[in-house]
Amino acid sequence: MHSFGYRANALLTFSLTILALMCVIASVSDNFNTITPTASVKVLNINRFTKKSNGDDEVGVTLDISANLQSLFTWNTKQVFVFLAAEYSTPKNPLNQVSLWDGIIPAKEDAHFSIKTKNKYKFVDQGSNLRGRDFNLTLHWHVMPKTGKMFADKLVLPGFRLPEFYR
Amino acid sequence: MVVTVALMIWKGLMCITGSEAPIVVVLSGSMEPGFKRGDILFMHLSKDPIRVGEIVSFKIEGRAIPIVHRVIKVHEHQNTGELDVLTKGDNNYADDTVLYTRGQKWLKQHHITGRAFGFLPYVGWGTILITENPIIKYILIGAMGLLVITSKG
Repeated sequence: MHSFGYRANALLTFSLTILALMCVIASVSDNFNTITPTASVKVLNINRFTKKSNGDDEVGVTLDISANLQSLFTWNTKQVFVFLAAEYSTPKNPLNQVSLWDGIIPAKEDAHFSIKTKNKYKFVDQGSNLRGRDFNLTLHWHVMPKTGKMFADKLVLPGFRLPEFYR
Repeated sequence: MVVTVALMIWKGLMCITGSEAPIVVVLSGSMEPGFKRGDILFMHLSKDPIRVGEIVSFKIEGRAIPIVHRVIKVHEHQNTGELDVLTKGDNNYADDTVLYTRGQKWLKQHHITGRAFGFLPYVGWGTILITENPIIKYILIGAMGLLVITSKG
Protein backbone atom coordinates (compact mmCIF):
# COMPACT_ATOMS: atom_id res chain seq x y z
CA MET A 1 0.00 0.00 0.00
CA HIS A 2 2.55 2.63 1.09
CA SER A 3 5.18 1.48 -1.33
CA PHE A 4 8.09 3.62 -2.50
CA GLY A 5 6.35 4.35 -5.80
CA TYR A 6 3.19 5.44 -4.05
CA ARG A 7 5.07 7.81 -1.76
CA ALA A 8 7.14 9.24 -4.63
CA ASN A 9 3.99 9.81 -6.66
CA ALA A 10 2.23 11.56 -3.76
CA LEU A 11 5.26 13.77 -3.13
CA LEU A 12 5.54 14.70 -6.81
CA THR A 13 1.83 15.50 -7.09
CA PHE A 14 1.94 17.59 -3.93
CA SER A 15 5.01 19.61 -4.95
CA LEU A 16 3.65 20.24 -8.46
CA THR A 17 0.34 21.41 -6.97
CA ILE A 18 2.13 23.83 -4.62
CA LEU A 19 4.30 25.09 -7.50
CA ALA A 20 1.25 25.65 -9.71
CA LEU A 21 -0.52 27.47 -6.87
CA MET A 22 2.50 29.74 -6.31
CA CYS A 23 2.58 30.57 -10.03
CA VAL A 24 -1.09 31.51 -9.91
CA ILE A 25 -0.59 33.68 -6.80
CA ALA A 26 2.43 35.41 -8.36
CA SER A 27 0.43 36.19 -11.49
CA VAL A 28 -2.64 37.38 -9.54
CA SER A 29 -0.45 39.66 -7.40
CA ASP A 30 0.43 41.66 -10.54
CA ASN A 31 -3.13 43.00 -10.53
CA PHE A 32 -2.48 44.97 -7.33
CA ASN A 33 0.21 47.04 -9.02
CA THR A 34 -0.91 50.55 -9.98
CA ILE A 35 1.00 51.95 -12.93
CA THR A 36 1.96 55.55 -13.69
CA PRO A 37 3.98 55.45 -16.91
CA THR A 38 5.04 58.69 -18.57
CA ALA A 39 6.47 59.30 -22.02
CA SER A 40 7.34 62.07 -24.41
CA VAL A 41 8.50 61.78 -27.99
CA LYS A 42 9.88 64.42 -30.33
CA VAL A 43 10.46 64.08 -34.04
CA LEU A 44 13.91 65.69 -34.32
CA ASN A 45 14.20 65.51 -38.07
CA ILE A 46 12.60 64.13 -41.23
CA ASN A 47 15.70 62.65 -42.84
CA ARG A 48 14.04 61.33 -45.96
CA PHE A 49 10.60 61.58 -47.53
CA THR A 50 10.19 59.95 -50.91
CA LYS A 51 7.90 57.98 -53.16
CA LYS A 52 9.44 54.57 -53.81
CA SER A 53 9.57 53.12 -57.31
CA ASN A 54 6.56 50.91 -56.53
CA GLY A 55 4.52 54.01 -55.62
CA ASP A 56 4.58 53.68 -51.83
CA ASP A 57 5.59 56.64 -49.68
CA GLU A 58 8.54 56.17 -47.36
CA VAL A 59 9.69 58.35 -44.48
CA GLY A 60 12.93 58.31 -42.52
CA VAL A 61 12.85 60.08 -39.15
CA THR A 62 15.08 60.76 -36.17
CA LEU A 63 13.21 60.38 -32.88
CA ASP A 64 13.87 61.51 -29.34
CA ILE A 65 12.07 59.12 -27.00
CA SER A 66 12.01 59.57 -23.22
CA ALA A 67 9.90 57.48 -20.89
CA ASN A 68 9.63 56.32 -17.34
CA LEU A 69 8.16 52.82 -17.18
CA GLN A 70 9.54 51.87 -13.75
CA SER A 71 6.08 51.50 -12.26
CA LEU A 72 5.37 48.57 -14.60
CA PHE A 73 7.90 46.36 -12.84
CA THR A 74 6.79 43.98 -10.09
CA TRP A 75 8.51 40.99 -8.51
CA ASN A 76 6.91 38.81 -11.20
CA THR A 77 8.25 40.84 -14.15
CA LYS A 78 10.90 39.25 -16.33
CA GLN A 79 11.20 42.12 -18.78
CA VAL A 80 9.22 44.86 -20.45
CA PHE A 81 9.11 45.04 -24.22
CA VAL A 82 8.62 48.62 -25.31
CA PHE A 83 7.96 49.95 -28.80
CA LEU A 84 6.94 53.11 -30.57
CA ALA A 85 4.48 52.94 -33.45
CA ALA A 86 3.13 55.51 -35.87
CA GLU A 87 -0.64 55.34 -36.13
CA TYR A 88 -2.51 57.08 -38.92
CA SER A 89 -5.50 56.75 -41.15
CA THR A 90 -5.73 57.20 -44.92
CA PRO A 91 -8.61 57.09 -47.41
CA LYS A 92 -7.39 53.62 -48.38
CA ASN A 93 -6.76 52.22 -44.90
CA PRO A 94 -8.78 53.47 -41.92
CA LEU A 95 -6.05 52.19 -39.61
CA ASN A 96 -2.32 51.84 -40.14
CA GLN A 97 0.05 50.89 -37.32
CA VAL A 98 3.73 50.89 -38.16
CA SER A 99 6.40 50.07 -35.58
CA LEU A 100 9.29 52.51 -35.79
CA TRP A 101 11.46 51.47 -32.87
CA ASP A 102 11.47 48.85 -30.13
CA GLY A 103 13.58 47.75 -27.21
CA ILE A 104 13.76 45.31 -24.33
CA ILE A 105 13.96 46.66 -20.78
CA PRO A 106 15.49 43.90 -18.65
CA ALA A 107 15.26 45.58 -15.24
CA LYS A 108 13.51 48.36 -13.35
CA GLU A 109 16.72 50.43 -13.23
CA ASP A 110 16.72 50.63 -17.03
CA ALA A 111 13.06 51.62 -17.29
CA HIS A 112 13.73 55.36 -16.98
CA PHE A 113 15.38 56.09 -20.29
CA SER A 114 15.92 58.60 -23.02
CA ILE A 115 17.13 57.71 -26.49
CA LYS A 116 17.75 59.48 -29.77
CA THR A 117 17.37 57.10 -32.67
CA LYS A 118 16.52 56.77 -36.33
CA ASN A 119 13.53 54.59 -37.13
CA LYS A 120 14.60 50.95 -36.78
CA TYR A 121 11.82 49.64 -39.03
CA LYS A 122 10.82 51.13 -42.35
CA PHE A 123 8.05 53.70 -42.21
CA VAL A 124 6.33 52.79 -45.48
CA ASP A 125 2.69 53.42 -46.39
CA GLN A 126 0.55 51.14 -48.52
CA GLY A 127 0.26 53.65 -51.33
CA SER A 128 1.08 57.32 -51.61
CA ASN A 129 -0.89 58.95 -48.81
CA LEU A 130 1.69 60.39 -46.45
CA ARG A 131 2.09 63.98 -47.71
CA GLY A 132 0.67 66.34 -45.07
CA ARG A 133 -0.65 63.34 -43.14
CA ASP A 134 -1.48 63.74 -39.44
CA PHE A 135 -0.34 60.88 -37.27
CA ASN A 136 -0.11 59.76 -33.65
CA LEU A 137 2.91 58.21 -32.05
CA THR A 138 1.95 55.48 -29.62
CA LEU A 139 4.32 54.13 -26.99
CA HIS A 140 3.32 50.54 -26.25
CA TRP A 141 4.57 48.30 -23.49
CA HIS A 142 4.25 44.57 -23.09
CA VAL A 143 4.99 43.30 -19.61
CA MET A 144 6.40 39.79 -19.91
CA PRO A 145 6.05 38.01 -16.58
CA LYS A 146 8.18 35.35 -14.94
CA THR A 147 4.98 33.35 -14.88
CA GLY A 148 1.32 33.90 -15.67
CA LYS A 149 -0.64 36.60 -17.45
CA MET A 150 0.99 39.15 -19.74
CA PHE A 151 -0.03 42.80 -19.62
CA ALA A 152 0.04 45.33 -22.44
CA ASP A 153 -1.08 48.91 -22.83
CA LYS A 154 -0.03 52.14 -24.52
CA LEU A 155 0.25 55.90 -24.27
CA VAL A 156 -1.02 57.87 -27.27
CA LEU A 157 0.95 60.99 -28.18
CA PRO A 158 -1.11 62.88 -30.76
CA GLY A 159 -0.44 65.88 -32.95
CA PHE A 160 2.32 64.94 -35.38
CA ARG A 161 2.23 65.86 -39.07
CA LEU A 162 4.29 64.88 -42.07
CA PRO A 163 5.52 67.55 -44.52
CA GLU A 164 3.48 68.54 -47.57
CA PHE A 165 6.32 67.86 -49.98
CA TYR A 166 8.84 65.09 -50.60
CA ARG A 167 12.42 65.89 -49.74
CA MET B 1 -8.26 6.94 -18.59
CA VAL B 2 -5.38 9.42 -18.37
CA VAL B 3 -5.36 9.80 -22.14
CA THR B 4 -9.12 10.40 -22.22
CA VAL B 5 -8.91 13.08 -19.54
CA ALA B 6 -6.01 14.78 -21.32
CA LEU B 7 -7.96 14.77 -24.58
CA MET B 8 -11.05 16.14 -22.84
CA ILE B 9 -9.07 18.98 -21.25
CA TRP B 10 -7.44 19.82 -24.59
CA LYS B 11 -10.74 19.88 -26.49
CA GLY B 12 -12.36 21.82 -23.65
CA LEU B 13 -9.60 24.44 -23.83
CA MET B 14 -10.08 24.63 -27.60
CA CYS B 15 -13.76 25.44 -27.07
CA ILE B 16 -13.13 28.05 -24.36
CA THR B 17 -10.23 29.84 -26.02
CA GLY B 18 -11.42 29.50 -29.61
CA SER B 19 -7.88 28.64 -30.68
CA GLU B 20 -7.04 25.39 -32.43
CA ALA B 21 -3.80 25.21 -30.43
CA PRO B 22 -4.57 26.76 -27.01
CA ILE B 23 -1.16 25.85 -25.63
CA VAL B 24 2.04 26.10 -27.65
CA VAL B 25 5.57 25.12 -26.74
CA VAL B 26 8.27 27.58 -27.74
CA LEU B 27 10.66 25.70 -30.02
CA SER B 28 13.17 28.33 -31.07
CA GLY B 29 15.09 31.20 -29.54
CA SER B 30 13.57 33.81 -31.83
CA MET B 31 11.65 35.50 -28.99
CA GLU B 32 14.45 35.42 -26.41
CA PRO B 33 14.97 36.61 -23.77
CA GLY B 34 11.21 36.89 -23.24
CA PHE B 35 10.38 33.35 -24.25
CA LYS B 36 12.97 30.60 -24.26
CA ARG B 37 12.93 27.15 -25.77
CA GLY B 38 10.73 24.89 -23.65
CA ASP B 39 8.49 27.63 -22.25
CA ILE B 40 4.79 27.37 -22.95
CA LEU B 41 2.32 30.02 -24.03
CA PHE B 42 -1.43 30.10 -23.56
CA MET B 43 -3.29 31.27 -26.64
CA HIS B 44 -6.80 32.50 -27.33
CA LEU B 45 -8.42 33.56 -30.56
CA SER B 46 -11.19 36.15 -30.58
CA LYS B 47 -12.89 37.96 -33.40
CA ASP B 48 -11.30 41.31 -32.44
CA PRO B 49 -8.90 42.54 -35.09
CA ILE B 50 -5.18 41.99 -34.49
CA ARG B 51 -3.27 45.05 -33.33
CA VAL B 52 0.39 45.95 -33.33
CA GLY B 53 2.48 44.54 -30.46
CA GLU B 54 0.48 41.37 -29.94
CA ILE B 55 2.24 38.03 -29.90
CA VAL B 56 0.47 35.71 -32.31
CA SER B 57 0.93 32.19 -33.60
CA PHE B 58 0.52 31.77 -37.34
CA LYS B 59 0.65 29.04 -39.93
CA ILE B 60 2.32 29.40 -43.30
CA GLU B 61 1.22 27.20 -46.19
CA GLY B 62 3.58 24.26 -46.49
CA ARG B 63 4.78 24.46 -42.89
CA ALA B 64 3.27 22.11 -40.34
CA ILE B 65 4.45 23.86 -37.18
CA PRO B 66 3.05 27.29 -36.29
CA ILE B 67 5.42 30.16 -35.55
CA VAL B 68 4.97 32.48 -32.54
CA HIS B 69 6.15 36.04 -33.19
CA ARG B 70 5.21 39.65 -32.48
CA VAL B 71 3.11 41.87 -34.78
CA ILE B 72 5.05 44.96 -35.84
CA LYS B 73 2.83 46.37 -38.60
CA VAL B 74 -0.91 46.39 -39.24
CA HIS B 75 -2.78 47.88 -42.21
CA GLU B 76 -6.57 47.67 -42.14
CA HIS B 77 -8.32 47.98 -45.50
CA GLN B 78 -11.19 50.39 -46.03
CA ASN B 79 -14.11 48.42 -47.43
CA THR B 80 -13.37 44.83 -46.53
CA GLY B 81 -11.88 45.45 -43.08
CA GLU B 82 -9.26 42.94 -44.13
CA LEU B 83 -5.93 43.10 -42.34
CA ASP B 84 -2.36 43.05 -43.60
CA VAL B 85 -0.08 42.02 -40.75
CA LEU B 86 3.71 41.83 -40.53
CA THR B 87 5.45 39.90 -37.74
CA LYS B 88 8.97 39.66 -36.34
CA GLY B 89 10.73 37.65 -33.64
CA ASP B 90 11.97 39.93 -30.85
CA ASN B 91 15.40 38.29 -31.06
CA ASN B 92 15.57 38.20 -34.87
CA TYR B 93 17.42 40.79 -36.88
CA ALA B 94 14.96 40.94 -39.78
CA ASP B 95 11.19 40.77 -40.01
CA ASP B 96 9.37 37.62 -41.06
CA THR B 97 8.92 38.35 -44.77
CA VAL B 98 11.60 35.74 -45.46
CA LEU B 99 9.63 33.09 -43.54
CA TYR B 100 6.40 33.63 -45.44
CA THR B 101 5.58 31.88 -48.68
CA ARG B 102 7.59 33.18 -51.62
CA GLY B 103 6.02 36.43 -52.81
CA GLN B 104 3.87 36.76 -49.71
CA LYS B 105 4.39 40.12 -48.04
CA TRP B 106 1.68 40.11 -45.40
CA LEU B 107 -0.14 37.73 -43.10
CA LYS B 108 -3.93 37.73 -43.33
CA GLN B 109 -6.30 37.14 -40.44
CA HIS B 110 -6.85 33.52 -41.54
CA HIS B 111 -3.16 32.66 -41.12
CA ILE B 112 -3.32 33.51 -37.44
CA THR B 113 -4.13 30.59 -35.16
CA GLY B 114 -3.83 32.21 -31.75
CA ARG B 115 -2.96 35.26 -29.65
CA ALA B 116 -0.79 34.81 -26.57
CA PHE B 117 -2.06 35.94 -23.17
CA GLY B 118 -0.24 33.80 -20.64
CA PHE B 119 3.14 32.28 -20.04
CA LEU B 120 4.72 29.44 -18.02
CA PRO B 121 8.46 28.72 -18.08
CA TYR B 122 10.09 25.32 -18.65
CA VAL B 123 6.85 23.27 -18.70
CA GLY B 124 7.24 22.41 -22.39
CA TRP B 125 10.62 20.72 -22.06
CA GLY B 126 9.01 17.29 -21.76
CA THR B 127 7.36 17.76 -25.14
CA ILE B 128 10.62 18.87 -26.75
CA LEU B 129 12.56 15.92 -25.31
CA ILE B 130 9.94 13.45 -26.48
CA THR B 131 9.59 14.83 -30.00
CA GLU B 132 13.33 15.13 -30.54
CA ASN B 133 14.27 11.79 -28.96
CA PRO B 134 11.58 9.26 -29.87
CA ILE B 135 13.43 6.63 -27.81
CA ILE B 136 12.36 8.38 -24.60
CA LYS B 137 8.77 8.13 -25.78
CA TYR B 138 9.08 4.34 -26.30
CA ILE B 139 10.77 3.90 -22.92
CA LEU B 140 7.99 5.88 -21.24
CA ILE B 141 5.23 3.96 -23.00
CA GLY B 142 7.00 0.68 -22.18
CA ALA B 143 7.40 1.61 -18.52
CA MET B 144 3.74 2.60 -18.27
CA GLY B 145 2.70 -0.65 -19.91
CA LEU B 146 4.84 -2.63 -17.47
CA LEU B 147 3.32 -0.77 -14.54
CA VAL B 148 -0.19 -1.51 -15.75
CA ILE B 149 0.59 -5.20 -16.24
CA THR B 150 2.44 -5.68 -12.94
CA SER B 151 0.19 -3.61 -10.69
CA LYS B 152 -2.17 -5.67 -8.56
CA GLY B 153 -5.68 -4.28 -8.71
